[in-house]
Amino acid sequence: VKWPQWLHRLGTPRHFFAMTTPAVPWLAVASVLLLGTGSVWGLAFAPPDYQQGNSFRIMYVHVPAAIVASHCYVMMAVAGLVLLVWRIKLSDLVIRAAAPIGASITALALFSGAVWGRPTWGAWWVWDARTTSVVVQLFLYFGVIALRHAFAEDARYGADDRGGRAAAVLCLVGAVNIPIIKYSVDWWLTLHQTSTFRLTEAPSMPPEMYLPLLVNVLGFYCVFALALILALRADIVLHERRTQWLRDYSATRGAGVAAAAAGGSR
Amino acid sequence: VSFDSFGDFIAMGGHAPYVWPAYAVTFAVLLGNVLLPLARLRRRLDDAAAHADADDDGGER
Repeated sequence: VKWPQWLHRLGTPRHFFAMTTPAVPWLAVASVLLLGTGSVWGLAFAPPDYQQGNSFRIMYVHVPAAIVASHCYVMMAVAGLVLLVWRIKLSDLVIRAAAPIGASITALALFSGAVWGRPTWGAWWVWDARTTSVVVQLFLYFGVIALRHAFAEDARYGADDRGGRAAAVLCLVGAVNIPIIKYSVDWWLTLHQTSTFRLTEAPSMPPEMYLPLLVNVLGFYCVFALALILALRADIVLHERRTQWLRDYSATRGAGVAAAAAGGSR
Repeated sequence: VSFDSFGDFIAMGGHAPYVWPAYAVTFAVLLGNVLLPLARLRRRLDDAAAHADADDDGGER
């Protein structure tokens, strides 16, 4: 298979660093605009649910968190496959950087779900098929983090990659939980409501309830991408600190800051 | 707007104790997910710049 050049380059820490530099400010602006719009729209302008009243507005932060938390795991499974098959070192960094982010967003989905469940189900917590499978996902994230850090780390990605491969295997094995989460509401007709948000079907809500959700889902994806890229850049700086390109970059960055402080334009 | 007054908006029809903490915790965690790696990135870049001339790499942080 002949891969396009940009894909090769994206797998190299140095080029990934260079290619993501311009993306950071745009992702930050998009995150603020999307989440600001979607949240204000959902909180103040969307009509109340005819059964749940205003508690349903928690949906605008709960559903995006649940979606992004699962997709983060899918991405880590893909990175794990790439690591095991092609030994691309960036994919190990991706798993390491993404796991804590995914864990925190999974915890968010569980928290907002519990807070939504209290007025809606009458209980903070129910061992429902969906909630249970998401708890399993949280522990899979913890497992990946623990496994990755259980092996002594090499200063550069090189020689000893047992930790990376062990974490990659857990990412792949744990991916069986993803369809279980997704279809749990259909397979077991327990308390959690079925999917209200599908890209391939007409939504089961009117547009004035549905569109703020769509905006916030996009906003969550932007925040996730931003957080992951920043974490990856920080890890790349740590691993490449002895290389000439990084020394050049950090030196020019310092010079740029000094010039800006002296009143020069950026 | 689906509320008659700002007070109604804050009260969330009695669901304020559930709605507002859900949003507050969500945005706090999202912000932390961006600010913590940003601080880490800046610190490591400063370290790399500070040790750019030395053969020693200044240790791992």
